[in-house]
Amino acid sequence: MLIDSLISALYLVGSLDAEMVSIVLVSLKISTTSTMIAGAMGIPFGFFIAFNSFPGKRLVITILNTLLALPTVVIGLFVYSFIARKGLVGSLGLLYTQTAIVIGQTLLILPIIATFTIAAISRIDARYRKTALTLGASRFQMAMVIFKEARFGIIAAMIAAFGRVIAEVGISMMLGGNARGFTRTMTTAMALEYDKGEFTLAVALGIILLTVSFGINLLFHSVQGRTRP
Amino acid sequence: MTKTKYHLTVTICLVFVVLIVAGKGIGADNILKMSTTTSTQSSGLLDMLLPELEKDTGIRVMVIAKGTGAAIRDGRDGNVDVIFVHAKSLEELFIRDGYGTKRYAVMHNDFVILGPKNDPAGIKGIRHAVSAFRKIARAKVMFVSRGDDSGTHTKEQALWEETGLNMIKKATVIRREGKTGAIDFFHPEGLGDWYLSIGQGMGKTITFAEEKQAYTFADRGTFIKYKYGRKGGLDLAVLTEGDPDLVNPYGVIPVNPAIHPHVKYELAKRFAEWLVSKKGQRLIGNYKLHGKALFYPDAVLH
Repeated sequence: MLIDSLISALYLVGSLDAEMVSIVLVSLKISTTSTMIAGAMGIPFGFFIAFNSFPGKRLVITILNTLLALPTVVIGLFVYSFIARKGLVGSLGLLYTQTAIVIGQTLLILPIIATFTIAAISRIDARYRKTALTLGASRFQMAMVIFKEARFGIIAAMIAAFGRVIAEVGISMMLGGNARGFTRTMTTAMALEYDKGEFTLAVALGIILLTVSFGINLLFHSVQGRTRP
Repeated sequence: MTKTKYHLTVTICLVFVVLIVAGKGIGADNILKMSTTTSTQSSGLLDMLLPELEKDTGIRVMVIAKGTGAAIRDGRDGNVDVIFVHAKSLEELFIRDGYGTKRYAVMHNDFVILGPKNDPAGIKGIRHAVSAFRKIARAKVMFVSRGDDSGTHTKEQALWEETGLNMIKKATVIRREGKTGAIDFFHPEGLGDWYLSIGQGMGKTITFAEEKQAYTFADRGTFIKYKYGRKGGLDLAVLTEGDPDLVNPYGVIPVNPAIHPHVKYELAKRFAEWLVSKKGQRLIGNYKLHGKALFYPDAVLH
């Protein structure tokens, strides 16, 4: 079955089937957007937690770590309850749109980005921070110094987050609805093919997903650089 | 950062921005949200019909496929503009409760009882579906049920009840709209022994039955798609068919704008009217898979 799928996958890719290409683009678009938004929110949040001490800090970190194990179906249901017509923001008509998937995915990876960022920053020698402040750096400049030192770990957070969302199906299915031509992603398409009994096609799509993910990660790694020059 | 790395980073960021911005402008006015059943989607009918619809009317349909119960629920909740399902009693309730305006009788196909070729329960040749079910129960041979509150499941339960066998009611309590209610599942004795309720769609249920070489209750459309329409085929065969009790009618119902003012009622009406028009009915009747007709058009044509 695996050899069949490999050959099917090569045919699919080679033919540049319009529908397949559009499905891949939808996946990339949605997952890229959610990763960027979660990064913009999660990294500063991680910085805030790492730099400040306050009562309950350990509890917050523990809760964040726990949220890493949130099932996608749970997040899907949670967001669904808000954006369905009967929900609080139902009049926005967000259910079964790409935006809805982005919202769900962003929630999914915020804990990942935050915890990874906190871990990356914690590894930086405290003297960097103190030295920068002694030399007259503003809080923002000091954060930039730490960001530069911790960039390997922080970009690793983005890579992990992207990997999490490009491969998830629970949120995409519940909030997107797998509507052909609108909210069909690589993973929901795979789920549909499995549902239809077209296992070969499902595996073929899976192989394409891995290849695309590999390519994206190669890109990320070239940007990431090495920890020490 | 080295110069090349800088340029690379900028290029990557630009690519991402382009990806995000691309495809933003989908003209939303002619898009109709429709909920339908997984078996309708699996049959491939919509893949043929909807491009024709778009050609004739400019309407683009967003198809969200779930089990019949969930599809109707989406209609009640106003998450879609129109529903396309096959559970007449539930559809009529939908309209009686005011959630739908009118039921357009579009087409029908029929249900069949599938089983292994060697037919341990000995139902082959029995045209009366209820009698076949009785024999399966008496033989205690494995039977796989969808168990998912779908139209197919609803029909299956109705047939079991007619057998006169001892039926067990399994009530699941749910909260809906602030009220506590119950969904009743009926099944013959033997749940877990020979009667398996797997809570999944038609495709997965057929796959499961095929794997176990068990009996199951399916719509002919999904059966044909699985037996003749894909590599691998099926070993299961149709053992009982043709009983008038097994007819499976499909209805299209626009969601009532009086209850959900935001729905695209005019589009939904146009969609329904196109389906029951001469052209729509002809397309439905001509849709064949491996030389076999899947659906029979139902609209009375003038």
